[in-house]
Amino acid sequence: MQYLSFLIQNYYTLIIVAIGAALLGAVSGALGTYAVLRRQSLLGDAISHAALPGIAFAFILTGSKTSLILILGAAIAGWIGTLIILSIVRLTRIKYDSALALVLSTFFGFGLVLLTFIQRSGNANQAGLDTFIFGQAATLLKRDVLTIGILGGVALIIVLILWKELKLLVFDEGFAASIGFPTRTLDILLTSLLVIAIVLGLQAVGAVLMSAMIVAPAVAARQWTNRLNLMVILAAGFGAFAGVSGTIISSSATRIPTGPMIILCATFCVGISIAFAPKRGLIWDGIRQRRNKRNLKLPTGKLI
Amino acid sequence: MIQEYYDIIFTTLIAIVTASACALPGVFLVLRRMTLMSDAISHAILPGIVLAFFLTHNVSSPLLILAAAGTGVLTVVFVELLQKTKLVKEDAAIGLTFPALFSIGVILIARFASNVHLDTDAVLLGEIGYATLNHLEIFGYKLGPVSLYVMGGMLVLNLAFILTFYKELKLATFDVSLAATLGFAPTLIHYGLMTLVSMTTVGAFDAVGSILVVALIAGPPVTAYLMTDSLTRMLIYSVVIGCVNAVVGYWLAYITNVSIAGAIASVTLLVFALIFMIVPNRGLIAIARRHIRQKWEFAQTMLVIHLSNHEGLPEAQTESEIAHLHEHLRWEPTFASRVVKYALNNRYVSQEAAQLMLTDRGRAIAQKALVQ
Repeated sequence: MQYLSFLIQNYYTLIIVAIGAALLGAVSGALGTYAVLRRQSLLGDAISHAALPGIAFAFILTGSKTSLILILGAAIAGWIGTLIILSIVRLTRIKYDSALALVLSTFFGFGLVLLTFIQRSGNANQAGLDTFIFGQAATLLKRDVLTIGILGGVALIIVLILWKELKLLVFDEGFAASIGFPTRTLDILLTSLLVIAIVLGLQAVGAVLMSAMIVAPAVAARQWTNRLNLMVILAAGFGAFAGVSGTIISSSATRIPTGPMIILCATFCVGISIAFAPKRGLIWDGIRQRRNKRNLKLPTGKLI
Repeated sequence: MIQEYYDIIFTTLIAIVTASACALPGVFLVLRRMTLMSDAISHAILPGIVLAFFLTHNVSSPLLILAAAGTGVLTVVFVELLQKTKLVKEDAAIGLTFPALFSIGVILIARFASNVHLDTDAVLLGEIGYATLNHLEIFGYKLGPVSLYVMGGMLVLNLAFILTFYKELKLATFDVSLAATLGFAPTLIHYGLMTLVSMTTVGAFDAVGSILVVALIAGPPVTAYLMTDSLTRMLIYSVVIGCVNAVVGYWLAYITNVSIAGAIASVTLLVFALIFMIVPNRGLIAIARRHIRQKWEFAQTMLVIHLSNHEGLPEAQTESEIAHLHEHLRWEPTFASRVVKYALNNRYVSQEAAQLMLTDRGRAIAQKALVQ
């Protein structure tokens, strides 16, 4: 107990940041599962970039840097960007990847315009807005962690409530529509939940790297199981692990930024999973191939 | 004053040349569904640049461009290797590769190079306004900004590649299997294209930064894709649109004093939206007008089918009464009277007292609709 209080006193900031990163990793890992399964992995990249003008607008309108207000702005812009992507794909022959690239880069560009506008208008309060581009996990405060916990928790509860609807949407959208599930509404809802997970992570790991927090834990989890419930839990676990280990590594050495370190930890999980996962993994696959080769040999020693 | 005009002219030139150089390979990326590869490459080349910087200790060394281009191609290889394991889908493979490489780059900079001029801000965001500061000097003569030469070179290279391998590129883009069967080596073309994309991205980096490069590469071809079905036209339109975006964006940024690269990207979105609205056949307005026209045409067809069903039968008298048509067809009365008006205009039907009679034309239409 004494040891614990010593720990808390000396590493208060670190613990706060680690808890925040863990929560963030868990939420984005769990929601990323759906994005990866629906082959929308890069939607996260688009949303996180498209959020920038929303952040700038929220700041211009309110003059406040409270994370809740900025998160709201980011969410609205990210959401508008996603809807534009979806309608471009629906109404034209432009493919998903091109629509994503277009919205991602141009929204981000507009955000930059707004940021330079804020800078030149000489608002003394503006410093720190650009942490949303690169992320700065070390600036996470207790109230930020609380925001992440509450909003992320709500998102996860919605996933739990709509578990079977979302599951059907992911694996067989046509069937879901045919038995009368409102697939368009569910689609927009799922995307909105993803938007929430992403804007929560912007402050910690930044727009450029947030997409990996969506993709990496889910891809790692996918290697270990074929069941959705296990995959969501595993992805949340991998995300939380990456968050905590990244924070600890970056704080134990000098001048290692936290966000990129978290991403590298998540990528490490993917590497381990792809190599070692039973049945699917590369090593397992190699062993099986050698065994098959041996079993196919005739008694004379020749291959069939 | 002269210095100011000089800057404006050269910045405009750099913007035009960069936009053209990016739009050309962009066309093929859009058509090959690989647009996001430009996003991946533009981020993933960061560690290549940093490592080359450690070797040369010179930010403007040409080795940086080569190293970056190499890392770009390496990114493509990584993504394809990951896909080949069949454990990861293509989109996830891209989403895994570039953030990891980018993270390595950011950590390298933060740990070993935080005191030199190589910050992530400059790499990511770029500023074309500063591009004119760095001049090419030979024997003491100022020969204009370095960026202009770099991007001019890239433009020539891209143009030469596309003109030389035009039919190979076309075939490999639209029918990979046929290209492979005919012995056109689509893989080679693919990597050639990816090398060019990497080099163009690195070159444009300086001017517009890594995220807005994507706007230059993807924006104009996507817009041009709405306008034409011909590859040649798409290439030409893309370059023109890219140049217009660049010049208008720069001009707006100059007036309002905001980020030039950001303004160019914003104009790219606006121009896309504008073209998307007004382009014939595929535009929003055209789609909406077609929907409306089809609605009225369908209603008129329903009307003539209804009339022809009852023609010559005892109940024809009541069924063809204009005042009661809406009850038979279950339409709103106002809707029904408009349909009747259009049908009369088109001479599908003729009016006799309170009755509607089919004309020969209307009868033919009903026949045709029923046979189909």
